[in-house]
Amino acid sequence: MTIEAKDIYKIAAHHRFQWEKAQDCYVILFPEGMVKLNGSAGEVLNLVNGESTVELITETLSKKFIDAPNISKDIIGMIELALDKAWIEKIN
Amino acid sequence: MDDKNNGVSASTTSTQPLWLLAEITYQCPLQCAFCYNPTDFDKHTQNELDTDSWIKVLREARDLGAAQLGISGGEPLLRKDIEEIVTEASSLGYYSNLITSGAGMNEKRIDALKDGGLDHIQLSMHDITEEINNFITNTKTFKLKQKVAAMIKDRGYPMVLNVVMHRYNIDHIQEILEMAEGLGADYIELANTQYYGWSLVNRDQLMPKKEQVENALKVTNKFRERAGNKMKIFFVVPDYFDDRPKKCMNGWGEVFMIVTANGDVLPCHSARVIPNLEFPNVKDSPLKGAWYDSPAFNKFRGDDWMQEPCRSCSEKENDLGGCRCQALLLTGNAEGADPVCSKSPDRHIIDKAIKDSQNPGVEAKPIIFRTNANSKKIENGDEKDRLAKFHATP
Repeated sequence: MTIEAKDIYKIAAHHRFQWEKAQDCYVILFPEGMVKLNGSAGEVLNLVNGESTVELITETLSKKFIDAPNISKDIIGMIELALDKAWIEKIN
Repeated sequence: MDDKNNGVSASTTSTQPLWLLAEITYQCPLQCAFCYNPTDFDKHTQNELDTDSWIKVLREARDLGAAQLGISGGEPLLRKDIEEIVTEASSLGYYSNLITSGAGMNEKRIDALKDGGLDHIQLSMHDITEEINNFITNTKTFKLKQKVAAMIKDRGYPMVLNVVMHRYNIDHIQEILEMAEGLGADYIELANTQYYGWSLVNRDQLMPKKEQVENALKVTNKFRERAGNKMKIFFVVPDYFDDRPKKCMNGWGEVFMIVTANGDVLPCHSARVIPNLEFPNVKDSPLKGAWYDSPAFNKFRGDDWMQEPCRSCSEKENDLGGCRCQALLLTGNAEGADPVCSKSPDRHIIDKAIKDSQNPGVEAKPIIFRTNANSKKIENGDEKDRLAKFHATP
């Protein structure tokens, strides 16, 4: 599935995204599973909230990480991966 | 991790428990022949932890990093305080799972659990036929399970089904998968029986033939191709038919922590079978000390404890020598290679077990069902002859 700028995603049903203090990272929890997310993956999924478009997420992170080259490509890659793993769902 | 034992020995691990399994009671109305619970569970039915102790356990484990919580048993719903425990778990941020046979579930309780924030329910199913369901559980529970499955779906929980596979249901795998699909299951775990506790006692009566397992795997893969990703299917391969052992619990004291009904803290379900290991109990020590500093949790961490052929094996990182309990139970040596491994000098024990299970004379012996009365009998040594065969303990 191609990711479009106007797409809006949310964390998939039966999945939970949360910050884990003891692990010092974001995680995705679901039946029988737990995935620790690395820093940038966590930053992206933290903005997947059922309201923000992919465009807005890219804009927000580009401003936050001004020195990161090619950041929009990385963000799309992360959203593709999360979609493939069924951690997130498209809602529009 | 800078805890010290009297300033002498420091922790040897940097791991954190990510999964907490609360085996909250050993009482169960079902009497499943394949139950992995200890055969001497009866002695732990009078000294169960109270609600406040469980809440303390949840808090301490959460602080250590546990995020996945399984509430299991026995049948956890036999306890009246599951709702209270679930509510606390939810407020602490656990992803919580009630592992149940369905016995004790009703409309009122499932609503209270939903309100309390329970994330999912894992329901055990046994077969598509009422006959096999009732035979293997030694109870009339077939209709109950269908009813509870409908309740789970109706409340919007993810539907997770667990089917323990053995010779009586393994040939029905196609129909079992169709039933799960029909019920709207999101996940189904086809767990081939592993032989610990009651299932070890009944091994000759439960073990399928190798061809049955191979066929079941074929059917499952074909079903997967057709049904796609909608229902996730986990097929737990039975290690006896493999030539390498499983990486048991993903390593001793690596990610799993179990607290039993009476408060023992264990790195795996059956660790207490290993002699001369004293496990911490939550009544005496905080979980942090149990995880990081107890001799029992440190005993099989890493690979310093390994003997040959594991020690110099190029594959040792793949399985960490397999299961310590299985090594002990079948060879009498908890530090030896899991006898499932074809490199183990004790592999012949597994091959003999496979052969024995196909011997009509042995197989005709009655199943010993998981009851309090049978547990007492085993504890009193009444089944010594039958058990001696499995327990190679010196």
